[in-house]
Order: sequence, then structure tokens, then C-alpha cells
Amino acid sequence: MPDGLTLNKITSQKGIGITEAARRVADLGWTPSYVKEAMAFPTDYKISKAPRDPMKQVLRSYFPMQEEKDNRVYGALDAALRGDMFRNVEPRWIEWMKLFLAIIPFPEISAARSMATLGQLAPGDDLRTGFTMQMIDEFRHSTIQMNLKKWYMENYIDPAGFDITEKAFGKCYATTIGRQFGEAFLTGDAITASNIYLQVVAETAFTNTLFVAMPSEAARNGDYALPTVFLSVQSDESRHIGNGHSMLMSVLKEPDNHLLLERDIRYSFWQNHMIVDAAIGTIIEYGTKNRDKNKESYAELWHRWIFEDYYRTYMLPLEKYGIKIHHDDVHEAFDSIVKKNYVHKIAQFFSAGWWANFWRIEAMTERDFEWFESKYPGWYDEFGVWWENYAKLSKPGSVPITFADTGYVYPHRCWSSLVPCVIREDFQIDEVDGELYTYASEVDRWTHKEAFAAEYQGRPTPAMGRFSGRRQWEEVYDGWDLADAIQDMGFVRPDGKTLVAQPHLSFEEKDMWTLDHVRGHTIRSPLLALREMTPQQRQAHVEEYRKGFKIRRV
Amino acid sequence: MTMQETETTSAAAGAKVFPGSDSRRYNYFEPKGRKATHYEDVTVDVQPDPERYLLQNWIISFGDGTPTYSKDWTALKCTDWHGFRAPDQEWERTHYQRQSTIVGMIQNVVENARRAGAPQRFDKAWVAVLQNHVGAFKHAEYGLGTALMRAQRYGYTQMVNNAILTNASYKLRFAQDLTLYLAEVGSDIGGFDLDAGKAHWLDDPIWQPCREAVEHIRAATDFLEQYFAVNLVFEPLVGELFRSGFVMQVAAAQNDFSTPSVISAAEADYERNLANAVELFALLLRDPAHGEDNRIMLQSWFTHHGGLAVKAALQLQPLWSLPRVKAASFADAFERARNRVAAIGREIGIDADLPALPPVEVGQVATPAAAAAAVTAPVNGAAAE
Repeated sequence: MPDGLTLNKITSQKGIGITEAARRVADLGWTPSYVKEAMAFPTDYKISKAPRDPMKQVLRSYFPMQEEKDNRVYGALDAALRGDMFRNVEPRWIEWMKLFLAIIPFPEISAARSMATLGQLAPGDDLRTGFTMQMIDEFRHSTIQMNLKKWYMENYIDPAGFDITEKAFGKCYATTIGRQFGEAFLTGDAITASNIYLQVVAETAFTNTLFVAMPSEAARNGDYALPTVFLSVQSDESRHIGNGHSMLMSVLKEPDNHLLLERDIRYSFWQNHMIVDAAIGTIIEYGTKNRDKNKESYAELWHRWIFEDYYRTYMLPLEKYGIKIHHDDVHEAFDSIVKKNYVHKIAQFFSAGWWANFWRIEAMTERDFEWFESKYPGWYDEFGVWWENYAKLSKPGSVPITFADTGYVYPHRCWSSLVPCVIREDFQIDEVDGELYTYASEVDRWTHKEAFAAEYQGRPTPAMGRFSGRRQWEEVYDGWDLADAIQDMGFVRPDGKTLVAQPHLSFEEKDMWTLDHVRGHTIRSPLLALREMTPQQRQAHVEEYRKGFKIRRV
Repeated sequence: MTMQETETTSAAAGAKVFPGSDSRRYNYFEPKGRKATHYEDVTVDVQPDPERYLLQNWIISFGDGTPTYSKDWTALKCTDWHGFRAPDQEWERTHYQRQSTIVGMIQNVVENARRAGAPQRFDKAWVAVLQNHVGAFKHAEYGLGTALMRAQRYGYTQMVNNAILTNASYKLRFAQDLTLYLAEVGSDIGGFDLDAGKAHWLDDPIWQPCREAVEHIRAATDFLEQYFAVNLVFEPLVGELFRSGFVMQVAAAQNDFSTPSVISAAEADYERNLANAVELFALLLRDPAHGEDNRIMLQSWFTHHGGLAVKAALQLQPLWSLPRVKAASFADAFERARNRVAAIGREIGIDADLPALPPVEVGQVATPAAAAAAVTAPVNGAAAE
């Protein structure tokens, strides 16, 4: 056979080029003339320029590519079992997967739904295939993650918490934070939700910490399944980033949109920071047993992925189009992680309410302390005693740490992000429509009072979403006994008495807490208490809250 | 000793026995059968519901107060939306496997046909049919795909929405299959005009009632009206009529073995989508509280979209006269479509009997007026508009 001649070259027929194929496919669309399609999804934006498809892929190459990716994923899961992965995996890590994988399939499928929105709103049909692929990708992500979770449930030593996963997603104080994230993809102003919040911020910036940084940590803990699934998921994200950027460029063309873009980029960046950094920062830093001092901390990862990659190369260039970027927010978000201990305070909160979880959190140990101190100097002074107390109080029959005399002040919850207001000095309150609310920061206060409103800086914004529902978990269970609330949520093992959550990783029955061990303590909503105060009492309370607390050794 | 110092040697299932250590199934939903299927495990309850486990309700609403998901997005009512399971049981892996297999099958057939020089041997009259009419029909498929892509936003459960999502995926793939197939075989045939199909779709009187029917489906504001109109009305009356009743029966006689293979994928797709849709609408009509109201609503949708679809079908009749070798008749194809839609109607519990056509001479050109007249007489309450 002559050099360079391959079987493929002999047998293949001359095809059409990818640009021509994409052009032909985009030409499938037409402007209806018999009956006009009503715009089903509300937006206050104007979009007249048709977005272009940067990827130019068609479905006949997409499906085999995705099938091949799937084959690798499922092959790797089989290989992990044959290699006895669960013999060596760190339970500390897998326990956090009960939370993470309870949350993430919902945002994924919300993203699939939101492609309905963008497909209809985007003028022309050029990007329709991009949105179609993203819709199917998100369907992929949601069900592949449900499959992974089932796989953990079937093979990990303690399946409790995985077995109730979607029920737990509906009940838990922490998963509601994830729901704020997922619902924000598809509710309210369609461009705000599906283009800016989802594609431009969540997918372009924060999937790097979610789907790249976290798998690295999983591998360090003997979990080869999560990297296999999530790096495969992340390989789809570049398409979504391209879709988002193309749509953003269309939206940018209208100067009338610039004010709304400024609002939405600000809101989206800050809320993604509040939610994703709270969850993923905690899982990466506190869900690991690996204390290699040469590895990057979450703060270092954040600086690389969010500050350098996203802020400097994606957000900043938007200024040349006339979009005001809130640089101070980006710096403040970074400072909250490196100077204000945001992630550590969230981890402290998760452990303070361990009994309301559906996963286990074990105490940090001396090895952990040493790593934290090296990465975050001063960490031990602020958090060391807390975790020593946590270890002491992890035996059944101890006072649940929430109610022990440690000096810890159960936090208010932010009405915007639903994350607790853990950076005490940034705590804010305000009234909206005559009702008092609490916020983790000034940007969160602005998000609720100004961004999520019917008018923005004098401009009517009827399409903008509204915060609704019973947003604060503590309000739902205000006045309830712990045991009754846990039972009501269904976070009890099949024996009807042993808690799903445990403040340790012992698998001995004698070490496990039951409903009786937590009975006799009452849940109180800090917000309801605040609303009942007189203005003077309230002011004194806020001042005291902002001072923070010092943990005492028990 | 504190708990964190407890040593465990293995984190594998079964390494210890303790409360809950054998709870290895998702236990929060009722499987349809004795045991949950894999599809159920990865699908059920991922979209939550305040009436099941969503303790804090939906936490963001639209500006008018509508929550993230609302039952009011369809006129149909259901006592338990969670009762629906898609018979095709698709989740991501099976969806990609099936789509990828189809893509591979089509690619093999087309490559082999082109390698053998088959397109050059297509009958010339048939080449014009491919260029003008199969080329026009691809836009109908695309229109239905985009309608379904929008519809998959609104269902009250994950099972409903995912069934509509995969339906959209199949339709949009098939529209692209036809587009790229025609571009490729067209390049082997001299003078093949790839823009002609769209021109016929937009302006040829033969295709205007079809376009009108598709645009009515796209413009419907009720997502289940769209799902119903696509699968229970347009597909049996127009989609199958054109694909199976015309192209697949006629093509071989024109020396074309590759087009039927491409088209056959859509027929197989439709069987699955039809099964899903029938299951959902049958469930809604069996509903003890809302079944009768649902039946009345579906009947009115059938009247509306059925009228448009029949008009579209009849207007396509001249196509059967175009091939040089007449291998099938419109009358037979329409009769099969009429029987098919009636059978689907019986399956779910609506009256979908359409009037039989008056005897039509092969080659006689149907007009919209004649088409409308043929179906104006109400038969069993299923008259077209």
C-alpha cells in the first residue's frame, strides 16, 4: 500500500464540510407566517442580533462522541469495582458525596429545561443545535450523576443517606441552598436566568471548581469514580460556555441591555460565589483526608480558576463593550475566602447542625489542624477548639454541639443566597415590602431589595424573578424538638431510631446516635426571633452579632 | 477514645453490619413494577414536588408569582403526575447508544450507496422528489423538534419532561439526518439544488397546509397540546403518511435503496415516542377525578389539529403521482393513516375516527378546499375544522 494511503481514504466518500453542514442545518428554520409563536418566556432584555454557533457541530457527530465518552465512564466504574476501590476509599470523602450528589442532578436538569428558553429567545436558528446539544448534555449529566450515586449506594459501606437521596434533597436545610442555585437557572427573567446566571457565570466560572477541582480531591481520597464521571461532564461544559458567550454577545449589542447586564452579572457572580464556594470549598477542604502541603488549597484554586481565568480573561474584557464590572465584588469574594475564613465558617456551620444532615461529618484531627494552619495561618486559633469540642461531643449521649456551652452563636440565614450569615461583621438587615429580612452581605441585601424587584433604577423589570416559598428551613421547624424534626424529614435509618447523620465515622452500632440521644432540644428560627424584637433590641442584637464569638473549650 | 479515632479497615459494602448497612435501594418512590428499573432510579423525583418532599416549596417565582414549576401550564389535570413512566425507559446511556447506533447505521448505508454510485442511478423524476419534497419535509421535522424542545420545560415531573426531551432530540436529529443526507447524495447527482426544499416548504401550495399544521403546533401555548398534536395527530396523519406511505414504499422502485433506510430511523423513533405519548395520555384519561375533562380537552385538540393535519395530508396527494414508477397509491396510504389514528385514539380513549375519503383517481390534484370538504362532515364527533 502506498505511503499515506489508509483504508479510510480508500473507502470514504467526499462529504460536505463542517461549516457547510452547520449552515445547512441552521437553514432548517423559517419565520412562521400562518400563526406567530407567542414568546413563552418573559424577559426584559431586547435581543435582535442572531447569535452565531462557535462550535459548528452537528448531531450526527455529537451522538457517537458522547456514546464513546459514556463507554469510558462506565468502563471505568466497572474497573473501579474490580480494583476494589471501596476497600481503600476514604469514608470522610464519600459521606460528603451524599450531600453533593443529592443536590447536583437538579441544577443539571434545570439547565436542560432552560435550553427551551434560550432556543426560543435566540433570534435565528444558527445556535439551535448548540442549545439542543446542551439540552441533551444536561439530561446526560443529571442521569449519569443519579447513576453514580446509586453506584455509591450499592458499594459503599454505609448506604444510609444515599438511599433517601431525592427525598432528602427536598427536606434538608443545606440542599435548599443548592435549589436556590438550580431554580435560578430557569425561573424569572429568561436571559438573567439561563444565559447570565447559568451559562455566563455558573458554567463559565464555577464549573471549574465544581467539576475540575473537586475530582482532583476525590482521586486523592481513593475515589476514582467521581473524577471519571465529572471530568466527562466537564468536557461538555466548553460547549455550554461557547453557547453562553455567543448569546451574551447578541445581548450586548443592544445598549438598552447594559444596565440589566450589569445587574445580572453582579447578582450572578456574587450568588455563585456564596453558594458554590460554601459547598465545594467545604467539601474540598473538609471532606479530604489528604493533607499534602504541596497541593493547592481552595483559596489557591479559586485564585487560579476564578480570579485569573475567569475574572481577568472573561469578565474584564466585557468592559470594552460598556458593561460596568463590579471589581470590588470579585476582590471581596476572594478576601472572604482568604481573609474572612468563609469556607471554614461554613464547615463549622455544617458540623454545628450535624444532626440535621443526611451524611456523616467526622471531627478534624491534629493532622488536619496542621494542614489548615499551614495553608490558612491563624486557623487553629479560630477553629481548632471548635473541632476539639466536636470530637469530644461525638459520643452518643453527649449534648449535641449546637446546644453545648461552646460560645457558638447559631447564625442567621441570608434571604438571598440561603447560606448562613457566617461572616458576622458583614451581616445586614433590611425591610422589603414592610417585612424584615437578614442578609450575609451588602450585595445579598442589594440582590433581594433592588435586583429581584419589579423596577431597577427606575426601569420597569416585570420579568425579573421574585424570592418565594418557605425560604428559611429554621422557620419551618421553629419550636420543634430536634428528634421530631429529624423524624419528620425522614433522616432516620430503617430501624426507625438510629440517625442517618452521625458526628463520626464509626460503623459500630454502639457508637451511633439515635432519636433519643437528640430529644429534648428545640429548634429556633433566628429570623423569627429578630422580627419579634423591639427596634432597640434589634439594633443591640445586630451589633452583638457582628462582633462574632469566641469558642470555649468544653 | 473519641469516635474519629475508630479504625475501619474497609469502606466496601458489607465490611460491617449496623443499622441501615443493607439499605441499598432508593426507597422514596413506588416502582411501577415489582422492582425499580434503572430508568426509574435515575429519573424519579429528580424534579421535586411540594406535594411530595419539597418541604420549603419552590423558592423562586416568576414576576407574576408563578413558581418554578406549575400544574397550570397545561389544561389537563392529573391526580398523580408521578404515576407516569415512559415505556421506552430512556436515560442518558440508552439514549446515546440508540442515537449513536442510528447515526452509524445511516452513515454506513449512505457511504455504501455512494461508493456503489447508487445516487447516479436514481430515477430522474425521483431525484426531483428528493430535492423538492423530501427537502421540504425536513423542515416539518425540524418544526416539530423545536416545538418539543420548548415543551420539555413545562412538565410537572421529570418523567414527563424527559420523555418530551428525548422526543425533541430524535426529531431534531432526524431533521439533520435528512439535511445532510440530501446534501451528500445531492453532491453525487449533478444539478441537485439544495435550496429547493426550503423554497417548496415556504411557497409550494402542496406544502402550505403542512406548514400551517406545524406552525399551529409550534404556536400552541399548552405543552401537552404540543406533545399530543405531534405524536397522536400529525405523526400518524402526515409524518407516517409521507415517510412510510410514500417515500419508503416508492423509493425502491426508483432505484433508490438508501433514502428508505434514512427514513426508517424516524419510523422507529416514532414507535417509541408514540408509546410514551400513548402511555401518558391514556393515564390522563383514566384519571378517576379528571379523566372526563381531559377527554373533552383532548377531543377538542384532536378536532383542531386533526383538521389541520388532514388538510395537510390531502394536499400532499399529488406527490404520489410524481414518481415515474407508481408503486403505491395515496388512497391506500391515507386509509392506513386514517386507521392508524383511529386505533391510537381507541388506545387512549378518544374518538379519532375520521371520515373515509371519497374515491380519488390517482393523479387527481387535491385542493385545500376539496380536502376541507372531505372532512367537514362530522363523524363520531371527530370532525376537522
